[in-house]
Amino acid sequence: MTTRAPETRSVRGLTYRIEPPAPTRVRPAPARGLREPRRFMSLVGGLLLLLALALPFINASPYIISIGTSAFIYIMLAMGLNIVVGYAGLLDLGYYAFFAVGAYTSGVLATNDMPLVFTIPFVIVACIGAGLIIGGPTLRLRSDYLAIVTLGFGEIIRLTANNLELTGGPSGISGIPTFAFFGWSFRDGLDLFGIHFNGKILLYYTAVLAGGAFAVLAVSRLGRGRLGRAWRAIKDDEDAAEAMGINTYLAKLAAYVMGAIFGGLAGILMAAHQTAISPTSFVFLNSALLLMAVVLGGMGSTPGVIIGALVISLAPELLRDFSSWRYLIFGVLLVLMMLFRPQGLWPSTAVLPFLRFRARGRSPREGFTDHGEPSENVDRSEELA
Amino acid sequence: MSAEGQESSVAAVDAATTADVDRARGDGRTALLSVRDLRLRFGGVKAVDGLTFDAYPGEIISVIGPNGAGKTSAFNCITGFYRPTSGDILFDGESIIRKLPSSIVKLGLGRTFQNVRMFREMTVVDNVKTAMHARISQNVFDAILHTPRYRRVERQCVEDARGWLDFVGYSLDEDLLASQLPYGEQRRVEIARALASQPKMLLLDEPAAGLNHSEKQDLIALIRRIRDLGIGVVLIEHDMGLVMNISERVIVLNFGREIADGTPDEVRRNPQVIEAYLGADEGEES
Repeated sequence: MTTRAPETRSVRGLTYRIEPPAPTRVRPAPARGLREPRRFMSLVGGLLLLLALALPFINASPYIISIGTSAFIYIMLAMGLNIVVGYAGLLDLGYYAFFAVGAYTSGVLATNDMPLVFTIPFVIVACIGAGLIIGGPTLRLRSDYLAIVTLGFGEIIRLTANNLELTGGPSGISGIPTFAFFGWSFRDGLDLFGIHFNGKILLYYTAVLAGGAFAVLAVSRLGRGRLGRAWRAIKDDEDAAEAMGINTYLAKLAAYVMGAIFGGLAGILMAAHQTAISPTSFVFLNSALLLMAVVLGGMGSTPGVIIGALVISLAPELLRDFSSWRYLIFGVLLVLMMLFRPQGLWPSTAVLPFLRFRARGRSPREGFTDHGEPSENVDRSEELA
Repeated sequence: MSAEGQESSVAAVDAATTADVDRARGDGRTALLSVRDLRLRFGGVKAVDGLTFDAYPGEIISVIGPNGAGKTSAFNCITGFYRPTSGDILFDGESIIRKLPSSIVKLGLGRTFQNVRMFREMTVVDNVKTAMHARISQNVFDAILHTPRYRRVERQCVEDARGWLDFVGYSLDEDLLASQLPYGEQRRVEIARALASQPKMLLLDEPAAGLNHSEKQDLIALIRRIRDLGIGVVLIEHDMGLVMNISERVIVLNFGREIADGTPDEVRRNPQVIEAYLGADEGEES
């Protein structure tokens, strides 16, 4: 029956006002080895990365490599959009605007004799600025209004690029130089283990692969940290998140800005890879396709979003014979998904059936079908009593 | 008495009643939460009409009243979700009337919701960790690079979250999704989550709604354990048995107005209260 006055105590990165009670219950040991879900998924990710690195040794035809390059740019973009849509649940229909901001900032600076690598900090600053300008006033809105505003923003950026002299108007910017370090540039190629790598193709592939891998790692780790929990809490219930001491406005703004940064970085890679950019690369349809990648794969789910990005970047190649039907096929696919599997191909809550959280006993969540379906929050006290 | 038919925990409390009543009067201490002439109007409807009360640390207060009496509206004003039309609310000597809900939580005024509002797609342990948001030092780079500080803080968060889960008596797997839990367990986790935000005072909005008899007994014991941590508890409740059992002080609202404020016995005998609320079935509900 003590009524001590609570005081604040700071210890090792955490602040306490009341002493948290120590756990009293003995908990089962966590799973060991590769059956632990996170460890297993990291291993799979590492193996896929190795496979992607080995691709040029298996088939180095320019066609395959350029498909791979665009796939990794898509993965990077989709991971960025995943922060905004998948984690924080903010419907963003103009995400390509940040891609454009990144590509144009880097393109304009690089064609004015700035080494491409040094444009990276400028792109990051420009994207943070763009994220704050668009997010600042609009993130106080609820999601449907936000969707409309972001749609408008995407078009504004594209039309601005179309009309400004600085950005080259409708013809865009061409002759964007490539990455160069200490007198050596991507154009020179690279001799490694006696094999000559043609710079233009293979080095971009590796650069984009590195960018994509960084985006996947960084975004999935962000999603598990303090900010990631705040984002997912906001997505599930904004008021309850606010009642947990999360300033939901600032957290949403952070999601927007982080997403913008990844979009902008992908923009640099795209500008350098294609050496030329024009407003037609940033039409609304691209934003919609990217959003489809995230929704199709599973919002907030790293493996899902990677799958989604691969689907939308590889499908045009696989469906080459039906190219005029492509968007119809995408549309039908999306409708079917929403009808039969609204949570996406790989829902964020899914755990592969053979993985275990605990050393012994059943896994609390298994398979892809047991959960994720929102069940109504029914009062079951009657039947339990 | 309302305590009839209830189990062991009740007897221990009757012994403490005298001390509780003394505490309820404040012992001359300063109030932790002080609501002054709070008014909230929705158009022509006076949802809260001049509510005034003080709450002290380590005290259990109930706010009761018939449906639509303005209890939840008052709660939402106090926690910053509604902006009151007039009046003032002081928490720890500071006016919180224009603050964001999140800032109010950071000052130490936690709350739960009338309908359980879990983060349904997050695990139980993540739900509780989310409430530690404002008290963790961790930036974006810590999270991306998994710095030693990140690892240490996350490990400590899990430890603290488990402590709170055990404290509220949650005994299922902590890796379940919140949406997989039965209703009663969601209630428990919601309270654990509110506690993890380190409140000096906790506002519980109908914590017993939808619970069965044994879950209610657990809840009574839990609310007392929370009080014993030195946290003030203010609850809105419809279950008269529960209210009369654990409250040290009861505030009765009707039509947004306070009509009584006193110990459960005083309130039970108050003719205005009987007329407005208890009516014929005076405290026999449990």
